Amino acid sequence: MADHPILALEDVAIDYVRRRHTMRAVDGLSFRLNAGEAYGLVGESGCGKSTVALAVMRYLGRGGRIGAGRILFEGSDIATLDDRALRALRGHRLAMVYQDPMSSLNPVMTIGRQLVEVPLLHGSRDRAAAMARARQVLTEVELADPDGVMARYPHQLSGGQQQRVVIAMALMTEPSLLILDEPTTGLDVTVEAAVLDLVDRLRRRHGTAVLFISHNLGAVARLCDRVGVLYAGKLVEEGPVGRIFGNPRHPYTRGLIRSIPTMSGARSNAALAPIPGTLTAAARAARGCSFAERCALAAADCGAGPIALQPEQDAGHLVRCLRPGVEQAVALPPKPARRIGQDLLQVDGLVKLFRVTTGLFRRRTRNVAALTGVTLSVARGETLAIVGESGSGKSTLARIIAGLTTADGGTARFEGRDIAGLTLDRRPADLRRHLKMVFQNPDSTLNPSHSIGFILTRPLRRVRGMTRAQAKAEAERLLDLVNLPRDFMLRRPDELSGGQRQRIAIARALATEPSLIIADEPVSALDVSVQAAVVNLFAELQARTGVGLVFISHDLAMVRHIADRVAVMYRGTLVEYGPVDAIFEPPFHPYTASLMAAAPTLDPAAARHPPAIVAPLPAPVGGCVFVDRCPVRVEACARAAPPLRTARPDHLIACHHDPAQALRPAALSPHHAAAIAATP
Amino acid sequence: MTIQIDAATVAAAQTSRHGFATALRASPAAMIGVAIVAAWAIAALLAPWIAPYPPNQNDLAALADPTPSAAHWLGTDQMGRDMLSRLLWGARTVLAVAPLAVLAAAVLGTALGLWAGYRRGVVDAVLSRICDVILSFPVIILYMLILAKFGSSAINIILVIGVTKAPIIFRIIRGVTLELSQREYVAAARMNGESTLYVMFAEILPNARGPLLIDICLRLGYTTVAIGVLGFLGIGLPPPDPDWGGMVKESYGLITVWPHMALFPCLAISSLVIGFNLIAAGLKEGATNG
Amino acid sequence: MLNRALRQLGVVLGTLLVVSFLVFALNEFAPGDVARKLLGAYATQDQVDRLTVEMGLDRPVLVRYVAYLGDVLTGNLGQSTVYKVPVSQILWDRLANTAMLAAIAFAVIVPVSILLGLLAGMREGSALDRLISLGASFLAAIPEFAMGVILVSIFVVWLGWLPGTAPMTTSGGWSIAAQLVLPVAVVALYDMSYLIAMIRVSMVEVMRQPYIRTAVLKGMTTRQVITRHALRNALIAPFTVIMLQINYLIAGVVVVETVFAYPGFGRMMLEAAMAKDIALVEAGTLVAVTIAMLTQMAGDIGYRAIDPRIRV
Repeated sequence: MADHPILALEDVAIDYVRRRHTMRAVDGLSFRLNAGEAYGLVGESGCGKSTVALAVMRYLGRGGRIGAGRILFEGSDIATLDDRALRALRGHRLAMVYQDPMSSLNPVMTIGRQLVEVPLLHGSRDRAAAMARARQVLTEVELADPDGVMARYPHQLSGGQQQRVVIAMALMTEPSLLILDEPTTGLDVTVEAAVLDLVDRLRRRHGTAVLFISHNLGAVARLCDRVGVLYAGKLVEEGPVGRIFGNPRHPYTRGLIRSIPTMSGARSNAALAPIPGTLTAAARAARGCSFAERCALAAADCGAGPIALQPEQDAGHLVRCLRPGVEQAVALPPKPARRIGQDLLQVDGLVKLFRVTTGLFRRRTRNVAALTGVTLSVARGETLAIVGESGSGKSTLARIIAGLTTADGGTARFEGRDIAGLTLDRRPADLRRHLKMVFQNPDSTLNPSHSIGFILTRPLRRVRGMTRAQAKAEAERLLDLVNLPRDFMLRRPDELSGGQRQRIAIARALATEPSLIIADEPVSALDVSVQAAVVNLFAELQARTGVGLVFISHDLAMVRHIADRVAVMYRGTLVEYGPVDAIFEPPFHPYTASLMAAAPTLDPAAARHPPAIVAPLPAPVGGCVFVDRCPVRVEACARAAPPLRTARPDHLIACHHDPAQALRPAALSPHHAAAIAATP
Repeated sequence: MTIQIDAATVAAAQTSRHGFATALRASPAAMIGVAIVAAWAIAALLAPWIAPYPPNQNDLAALADPTPSAAHWLGTDQMGRDMLSRLLWGARTVLAVAPLAVLAAAVLGTALGLWAGYRRGVVDAVLSRICDVILSFPVIILYMLILAKFGSSAINIILVIGVTKAPIIFRIIRGVTLELSQREYVAAARMNGESTLYVMFAEILPNARGPLLIDICLRLGYTTVAIGVLGFLGIGLPPPDPDWGGMVKESYGLITVWPHMALFPCLAISSLVIGFNLIAAGLKEGATNG
Repeated sequence: MLNRALRQLGVVLGTLLVVSFLVFALNEFAPGDVARKLLGAYATQDQVDRLTVEMGLDRPVLVRYVAYLGDVLTGNLGQSTVYKVPVSQILWDRLANTAMLAAIAFAVIVPVSILLGLLAGMREGSALDRLISLGASFLAAIPEFAMGVILVSIFVVWLGWLPGTAPMTTSGGWSIAAQLVLPVAVVALYDMSYLIAMIRVSMVEVMRQPYIRTAVLKGMTTRQVITRHALRNALIAPFTVIMLQINYLIAGVVVVETVFAYPGFGRMMLEAAMAKDIALVEAGTLVAVTIAMLTQMAGDIGYRAIDPRIRV
């Protein structure tokens, strides 16, 4: 079996031919994938991993071509196939699952039609059989009511359901290779875990080979047997998942893993270790090692000539390095000490409603609660993390505090004044000065038509009343503060990388000397190794200026690393609230437990509990918001909203059960219902 | 994972300042367009000096054979006036009125579009409805009604065309503004206490440059056509001042005998409009290909 | 859906009222003109004043407007001063002529534009695309009257194959069909240039979408991808634009009608406006606006019906 791999890449190079020059996106890539195996290809943005997926399908787009080497699928070189043979393979023996399921499905065609197309394209003429097969596959991907799903249009399904449909579509003809290109990016953590576990079950059942491409190491660890790490288009390390993530030998892999916060084990008191520098075009084109410019171990011989992939310790583990496994004495600075002072922001019973109109003449209106009675606080110098998935209300909360929208009930006292009902233009100027926000998307957080200098000096002149000269000096000081060179003043946002833009966004927030910063998923859109740098920056700035920080995130490990207090939200309700250490130890709210079970982790020792699948109840009205997914629900849960109980001093859990008794891990472990769930 | 930028329009809007000059230079079609427009502009500017005859001077002798000759390179019209001179002087009319009309439309459309897209709500609903009405109204009827009633002076023509073309620009700017006002830098500006006017003009408008400029080029073409049409229908600028459309109208009756009299002004109009369209096409190509 | 249709109907009626009032006020603000027009330039001021009172033209504008509305609803559209017949007699006649021209043109424009637009957008940047795009942008630069001049110069003056005017009678020796060829050609060529560009853009957008990649990677041929996945999506956006062409074809073809002396609606409006034939202008405007609003409504409803993202 090992002699006939389903997929084999032999020294493959992929080029993109532009008008002026040719860019080599992938170079000298070789790996093999056998039947039933799951291989993960990881790397950060620009490493070329998506290109590999498209190359295997021979869908490289304009200007793309295989510059060298061979890609062998089931023994035949795909480059030599004629069009007809290629079409026979695609969708039939070889199928792909895409990153954005919503736009990968035709919006004006029913799901059923899109599914049924596949077998009809590949030899079958029997429509009824195709429909039956579609129903069968939809059941296999654990979607309830297959006939109902088949009659619907893509926009009527949730993100997780759409992705399951795409997986179903790929499986219609029982392909021997399934390629997944970032399939869970953009999905909620619990949904992501469910989808990955599904793919795992399916491949074991059908013996399908899986090529999983992702930047998310935790996801790869969850699903794959072997992993290959790509950097600048070259494979730098390859081996079994446990080995690579537990004991990485290549400096890049080590750097990557060291920059990711861990969920289990003692809470580290050291800062995260980002990989310094960025990948430059020169390094990419270098003859020798492309990572040398960022590597602490680099020496003259690293740049001399091409370095081969060598087996390390045993044949299954390959590394492309002249000094693999050498320990770098990386002195991780300790997390800067913070002093926590008075309460700065007190949110009490905050409520936000959205009006939804239904009915023939839009008469019937319902109020959908985006926030129901949220209560929390942030002190000077403290970091409060708000954790939640989509629909949790965390962004709504942030927007209310920031003044971009108003609340419908409750109060939010900031520096003594209630801001819950005040939009920005109604707030006094000094209040606005003291409260700033850092946003999620580095591509739209800075105005592309303005220079960095303008972006920074404008608030200085407008809000702090400085003269041009003063503002310029202060702006330069801000750049120093966020570790960026002063000559960035003249640059424009499109000349900067994502991480650099976020730092400018932080500098902008600091310009008016705020006492509280709200950061809404500030690092989610950045590369893994860059996230560490930005998070370290936040910690440093807090220690230095004593600013309070509200850090919104869905990444539990990151939260564990930087927060002092944590608030967990689900569907607009606060379900757990307390100091960070208390949150990450039992007792847990059932939702928090499911988040932890779903969180991608690299730690092989971490017990892998698949999230509990529970038969749903209709949408909760009046009862506990988590009732349809809770493994320990009782009758009372559907009728009344649970009170906030004290599990420990300062640690609140919203549940009808007594936390000390009922919410221990044993009680919350997998609890599979007999019925198939309409999973998220 | 970095989030993709959405519509191609908004992508075009992000083209940096240097983008347009390079886009123009990169596209051969656009360069031809620039050449044509520049040629007419120079001709119009220098008309008083380079036109061989005064445009309204009748050369009755030439009526015996008004076709192109040594004395009159493009022949004469039905009243013996030199065609070439009239075309050159006519260029002045078009190139004075068209840009002003488009400017009026652009100013009106942009200001209202920004307002409607940023404020939304009632303002947007009302303005959009008015815009829809004007757009669905057969424009020619509007021209006929207003110009026949109030007379066809240059100012009136500029105003009428300005008002009827503004809705298109309004729609484009409004669309882009709706998109861009969701951008985080707008929220950041608001959090710094910036006024609505500042946000609209300093934060949003610079990023709407792309589609605006492309559309202005297109509007210049359509406006040139509109002016020609008005002249042809007899509600353009009053005679005897040469106006390409009017020239066609006056000489159309003789088309079976002397087709050149109507043909040359038509070619003049078409060439100028092609010039504008080529520039717009070149800019659009440059914007979407980055 | 019903609710929305009713609301739109309401908007249509509202707009009609507003526009017709504006036109009415615009034209009838100076009442003396009407009486003077009817009596001629040599009537004395006295006679004019008396006729003014007799015709009730001295009443306030709003009152006269309401009376006017009453007249319209009972079918009395007044008397045309230019044509010297009741408005209804000339209005519907001319409208019918233009409608015929519009229908034939529409039947030519829509299929050809869709075909060429799709072919161009299918493979962006291909030789065919460049050819079609260049051709369309070239045609778009030639105003209708210029196109008329050019075509007449070729087919009437030089080749003599077709008549230069289209009075819609056979007394000149040319069949009705022959008379219609050039007018339809001019209208079609100009309008198509615009539609082709629009449809092309929509098709290009669609072909860039990820679901096209999904279709290809399912193993479909290019032809299958286009007919099954791209086509319907590409035609959704241009649908409203196509409907709006109907509106343009009714009232906007005055230029073509003038070039070919075609007895149509637009030409009638032009003459009426120039000669200040108020009754005709008002009636014609009402008709034009009604058609405009109805086509817009039809476009909107149709658009909602074909796009499931809005319908469901």
